[in-house]
Amino acid sequence: MVGKEREEMEKELKGYTVLTHAEYEEGIKEGKLLGLRCASCKKITCHPMPVCQWCSGRSLERTELSGEGELMTFTIIRVPAEGFEDDVPYIPCLVKTKEGPCVVGRLDYDAERASQVLISKQVKLSGAYTHKGDKFSGGTHTCPVFEVIG
Amino acid sequence: MRDVAIIGIGHTKFGRATKMSHELFSDATLQAMDDAGVELKEIEALFQGAALPGFEEGQVMPAAFSAADLNLGPIPATRCEGACASASVAIRDGAMWVGAGEYDMVIAGGVEKALMMGTSFASRTFAMACHAPTEGPVGLTFPGVFAMAARLYSINYDMPLDTVREKMASVSVKNHRHGALNPLAQFYKKLGDLKVEDVINSKFVADPITLLDCCPFSDGASALVLCSAEEARKYTDEPIYILGMGQGSGGPLSKMADLTKPVSRISSAKMAFKQAGLSPEDIDMLEVHDCFTIAELIALECMGFFDWGEAADATADGQTEIGGEIPVNMSGGLIGKGHPIGATGASQVYWVVKQMRGEAPRGNQIDPVPEYGMTDTLGGDFGTLCHFILGRSKK
Ligand SMILES: [Zn+2]
Repeated sequence: MVGKEREEMEKELKGYTVLTHAEYEEGIKEGKLLGLRCASCKKITCHPMPVCQWCSGRSLERTELSGEGELMTFTIIRVPAEGFEDDVPYIPCLVKTKEGPCVVGRLDYDAERASQVLISKQVKLSGAYTHKGDKFSGGTHTCPVFEVIG
Repeated sequence: MRDVAIIGIGHTKFGRATKMSHELFSDATLQAMDDAGVELKEIEALFQGAALPGFEEGQVMPAAFSAADLNLGPIPATRCEGACASASVAIRDGAMWVGAGEYDMVIAGGVEKALMMGTSFASRTFAMACHAPTEGPVGLTFPGVFAMAARLYSINYDMPLDTVREKMASVSVKNHRHGALNPLAQFYKKLGDLKVEDVINSKFVADPITLLDCCPFSDGASALVLCSAEEARKYTDEPIYILGMGQGSGGPLSKMADLTKPVSRISSAKMAFKQAGLSPEDIDMLEVHDCFTIAELIALECMGFFDWGEAADATADGQTEIGGEIPVNMSGGLIGKGHPIGATGASQVYWVVKQMRGEAPRGNQIDPVPEYGMTDTLGGDFGTLCHFILGRSKK
């Protein structure tokens, strides 16, 4: 008889995600930067992906990053997209974590004093920013916030 | 693959349009078909770049309605979307099908109508081409992304940020000078005598990017008739051949090794050069994706026209003007000509063809006409990159 047992098909349903994006965002809200450690190259992937961001390895396990890193670059947004008017001016930034991967977040710093000398400074995860979202954002989303520590 | 030629080109006036998107695209398409001298029934497929029609006019599936608007019958009509590189994706896909022998003649181009959205909502929709999960909640905008790249450019090449800003401004000055001479440009007869100080002193959009470092929001359409090279001479004495094509994909900003050296762009340009069997020294002119001043510098370096960190000085020194090493954005580029995002890739090709025909506006025309030209189109924050190398003769 052709056809497959439906119970077998149900058993085969499987997710390939070790750390979901929602869990990653929950982690940020709890002050934790969560990532994945690769069994093949031992490097860290963050934000989460279904495969290692460095070697495409498939064997990943959850880990927590220190939340510390170096400020790579930033900008000060003066003309925002719709929905971000109340935040202006604000500072998106790119941080290279101690563990290797970069993350995009907000920098908690006085926008009127922020200048190029901030680049290369040490920063650490200091909080979470949750944007209220709009009709197009699939709900609210959260990003990490960093502060300068030296 | 068969060789593919461009036998007809069309281009609406960029700026604020009262017509709807489908009308703009039909205008550009009919102009391209008249230019080629081909009839509607000869078109076998349509490839249309359109980035945000759902937000602009509540229209998805615009390609089918464009085909219907032209009474092209039930031919395959496909919308291609790669944010600001949508038209280039459409042209590449169209050329692939013709090259593969499936079709002899297709329309490829693009359209966008962004101005009616207004700056706030348009910025929101454009930012949708950033990585929504990680860059969305941050409130990153496109000027913001390129502002981050400009700061990194300063660090990487140990050039004070104020100096980088001056050199960036020279891109805007040059491209506005060209745009002011182009009757189809959004800033025709405007901003032609812009000064470096004007750019630097205009308002910050995303520090250090100012308003005059940015291209505008625009409405417009551009379309091409693509044909197999063996058929092309039946229609025109001056077919322009597509000698090389490239496409590359990037990802979230945080996964990029260096914002000033996007791998997607390097890879796409290499792909095009390899297919054409040419190198940067062979190219006579460029239309590159200057969505922001810094973007033109990054593009020139990634494509191999200048060494890393050297496009800034070269531009300020006039090396990307007529008479310099390589004229860049003689049409005005996105900054001077306007940037209807879904149409831009086709517009870039249009202006390379115009140059090769000796039909660019006086003052912008390169003399003698260029033998080889190249386009560079960028979608999102380096998410989609396309390159075309065009030539007046086959390889
Ligand atoms: Zn790995």
